[in-house]
Amino acid sequence: MKAREVVLVDGIRTAYGRAGEKGFFWHTRADDMVVKVIRELLRRNPQVTPDMVEENVWGATTQEGDQGLTLGRTSAILAGLSEKCAGASIDRMCASGMTAVTTAASEIALGAFDIAIAGGVEHMGHHPMGATADPNPRFLVDRLVSEDAIVMGKTAENLHDMFPEISKEMTDEYAMLSQHKTARAYKEGKITKMIVPMTVYTPEGWVVADRDQQPRPDTTLEGLRDLHTPFRPMGKVTPGNASGLNDGACGVLLMSADKAKELNLQPKMRLVAFTYAGVKAEVMGLGPIPATHKVFKISGLTMDDIDFIELNEAFAVQCIAFMQEFKLKWPDEPRLNPWGGAIALGHPLASSGPRLMIHLMHEFAANPKAKYGLATMCVGLGQGGSVIWENLQGDGKKTPKKKAATKKKKK
Amino acid sequence: MAKIVTQFYPRFYESKVGKIALLTMDNGEDYKKPTTFDEEALNSLNKALDFIQREPDVRGLLLTGKHYIFAAGADLTQIPFINTFDQGKAIGQFGHATFKRIMDLPYPTLAAINGAALGGGLEISLYCDYRTVSKGVTAIAFPECFLGLIPGWGGSTLAPRLIGPEKALGLIIYNPLSQNRMIKAFQAFEMGVADRLFDTAEFLDDSIRFLEGIIDGREKVERAPVDSSNLKPLLKKARDFVDSKVHGAALAPYRALELIEGAFSWDLDQGFAEEDKALGDLLKSRQCKASIYSFDLVQRRAKRPVGVPQVEPLKVSKIGIIGAGLMASQLALLFLRRYEVPVVMKDIKQEFVDKGLAYIEAELTNLVEKGRLLEAKARYLFTLVKGTLDWTDFSDCDFVIEAVFEQMEVKQQVFAEAEEVVSSNCILATNTSSLSITAMASKLRHPERVAGLHFFNPVAVLPLVEIIPGSKTNEITLATTFAVAKKLRKTAILVKDSAGFLVNRILTKMLVDCLDMVDEGADFQLVDEAALSLGLPMAPFELLGFVGPAIAAHVQETLNRAFGPQRFPINENLRRMVEANIPGIYVGEPPNLKVNPALKELWQKKGEKDFRKEEIIERLLTSLTREIDLIMEEKVVGDTRDVDLAMIMGAGWPFFMGGVTMYLDLAGYTPKVLQKVFFTF
Repeated sequence: MKAREVVLVDGIRTAYGRAGEKGFFWHTRADDMVVKVIRELLRRNPQVTPDMVEENVWGATTQEGDQGLTLGRTSAILAGLSEKCAGASIDRMCASGMTAVTTAASEIALGAFDIAIAGGVEHMGHHPMGATADPNPRFLVDRLVSEDAIVMGKTAENLHDMFPEISKEMTDEYAMLSQHKTARAYKEGKITKMIVPMTVYTPEGWVVADRDQQPRPDTTLEGLRDLHTPFRPMGKVTPGNASGLNDGACGVLLMSADKAKELNLQPKMRLVAFTYAGVKAEVMGLGPIPATHKVFKISGLTMDDIDFIELNEAFAVQCIAFMQEFKLKWPDEPRLNPWGGAIALGHPLASSGPRLMIHLMHEFAANPKAKYGLATMCVGLGQGGSVIWENLQGDGKKTPKKKAATKKKKK
Repeated sequence: MAKIVTQFYPRFYESKVGKIALLTMDNGEDYKKPTTFDEEALNSLNKALDFIQREPDVRGLLLTGKHYIFAAGADLTQIPFINTFDQGKAIGQFGHATFKRIMDLPYPTLAAINGAALGGGLEISLYCDYRTVSKGVTAIAFPECFLGLIPGWGGSTLAPRLIGPEKALGLIIYNPLSQNRMIKAFQAFEMGVADRLFDTAEFLDDSIRFLEGIIDGREKVERAPVDSSNLKPLLKKARDFVDSKVHGAALAPYRALELIEGAFSWDLDQGFAEEDKALGDLLKSRQCKASIYSFDLVQRRAKRPVGVPQVEPLKVSKIGIIGAGLMASQLALLFLRRYEVPVVMKDIKQEFVDKGLAYIEAELTNLVEKGRLLEAKARYLFTLVKGTLDWTDFSDCDFVIEAVFEQMEVKQQVFAEAEEVVSSNCILATNTSSLSITAMASKLRHPERVAGLHFFNPVAVLPLVEIIPGSKTNEITLATTFAVAKKLRKTAILVKDSAGFLVNRILTKMLVDCLDMVDEGADFQLVDEAALSLGLPMAPFELLGFVGPAIAAHVQETLNRAFGPQRFPINENLRRMVEANIPGIYVGEPPNLKVNPALKELWQKKGEKDFRKEEIIERLLTSLTREIDLIMEEKVVGDTRDVDLAMIMGAGWPFFMGGVTMYLDLAGYTPKVLQKVFFTF
């Protein structure tokens, strides 16, 4: 089979709510949030009629209840796509949505479909992480992983043990910067452009969820300093330097480059390469490091070629480890999460991967000279995922980098 | 149970075009308890509007409901307590004054009809400048005339002005008087009630976007101009329709016609004032009270039959129908459609069986053509039916019902033959309309498995079944028979095994009286007119033609044997009619019915008395009052509510009569004849 070029035409997300009763999505179903995203993608791209979408792939960490019954298929039906549209659900925990996108892209690349919608959703209010999981006792009996490995906050504390040079003050500083970057981006109208407002039911009347609930623009180091450390006594990981528990959905519209041309659509980015890699479950936050090394190897690119890095901020400590590995400028590498990250915006698990991509898409639009962007994230139980996209909204006048990306494709 | 209170919740949304107020009507319950308006709800609306009016820079308002329900109108539970004109009028005034505040807001207002919008729920939407409706909505209606009321919170005045007289008459008059028909979203859009029709998936988002468009001028709403030039002929036609339905016996639809007419000449305030007066007159009326009583029976009592034994019913996975005549074939079709299990239909001649099967096939095809059944499904269903001459096909049936000739010996014989082949716990039900269940079961080895399950013709239309245990019927048989009725989506009432059971006894009593009066000198048509003026759906002598004189005479004889000639005399003229094979009293088609000339010769009058209409009514109702008292005394049913429910569901008697006993109480017959009332709390 010969691989075809795959492009991302558009992407959109819901606002990210706080999980639980205080979140604005508490009375809203996860599948309805997915439906909202699918329909908005089509509304924004009228050249793509509902019957043209052939595949609908959705990632969710918990695949039951309002995220169950093959969400990719149920949401296709609920959204009013054609009955001919196929649908699938994908689970790679936090990278479920990222994997939904790379899976759908692979399907397009190999000629299975021309047009697909892919994304991720997580209603962590309805589905607290791992609430209904039943881990095999052998994990512990055979010491395959330590008990820490399934509590994400503990894996972050483990990283502090592993990198004693990363102090609590550094993680708080990182977190504060993330909040401030998001606050600025909000002020400049950059974030709301990526959000589709959704009217949601509350017992005190319908409201419109059009802004993320998590950001704290007024965050200060003093405010962060004394937050409790829920994962261990005298720990370093706090609610302030970690992402929260959130509800949200994010999706993208993918198609073959040829199809986009045929429909006269201006694609936003081209998929260059992607990969996933495993690490020890106890230090799952390191996942982006091997995944990114690997995706560079596959693409022939290096960090120097990358104009924007969208790194999911599950925990500040894990981001700092990544920055150190790739020698990014501390504390304010300009290429890294320029509009803030999950610490400010929230991290509805499976939804975050596609969110990183739509950040790239908008960063590319705002910076026509930028050529390549990296989206990368860590995954519970010890994985990382990395995806490189090429800017198709550029003016082509970018100063050439040392070497161009090889279009190295697996046969 | 805590009182359910409807609240109006105001919230604000900073949209791209400025601040929009979102006003939600919600009673805190799920869709099974729809949001309704009482005084407290209106107070809440006033408070919410105060709050919204205090808010600066509001550019628009969107009114909507909780999931699946926009609003279901006024709270009906208060109506029994309204006794004066002033009370009723005050309710109208408060509603008008409150809702009108929405109309007076200085910015665009939009009602986003996201779910059922009934009565006052639909009315409140008419005070908004615009309306959107969600494609999934199936219940939009003004049911008021069905309940003895008129749309009195603005509907009678605003709807005609919005959509013109013809469509308004449809909503306010024709639909409620046609089994309370409701319209769906697309119809509301087509007739101009709603300005936009949006998908359910993003209904409120789309509605907000539409309102934003109105605010910033992107959206323009074009409405067809209202044409009232043909108002008079339309009103005349509607009045004829109302006459044909209620024969002057109900007040509300006539009052609604006046209001619709007035809507085109009065100003808004006068229209509202006339609505207030109408509510003053109607809310205290007997027809309204009876309608609300009937509505409650049909809504609640019909869904929870009284007297179901607390045992697990048997599972029914194959059904046997004895007989293949018209009734049997109708039953086979109904069981087939509701159960979707094998149905075997037996008769004594292949040609009978073939005819029955052909009927079922034709009816299934008919359903497919109407789009109510998929063709593939119809084909599958027909494969489940088997016609047979052989009893052994019944051996694995769980439930057998007979619909053979109405004669005790014939019924006893087919049950005996069936018992030879069926399993020991198979239930044997009979669709007899008047024969004794106990007698029918008496010759069987297992009489405990027999029960009466009496349907009304046409089976697909009339929702009632009478369930009659014999003296030996056991609990599991009775429980299973109730479960069968429920599965068939019929309203079941438990009736004692006594001649004619309930509905036929009452109808026959009425027929006997009518025949007597004709014998004494009254005209057929005058008697029918008198009966119709009560609001009955069909005049007694017209009904006689529909049922057939032979069957009517047969039931009469059964009742005569059971209760004696004093109460149920045999009418000799009816007997002669049967012998002469005359199919009915009238010839021709309604409304141009003429008394069959053949009857002039045949009918032997006993007197020449000159009857007045009032006299006929008086006699019919006095007699009916006594008969129902005897029915209660004999414990044919346990509660007069079952009498009323049965007459509404089994004979189509109107809501505004409250079945019948509520009418007899309120019109003074029960107090006069029996020195009491039937109604008890």
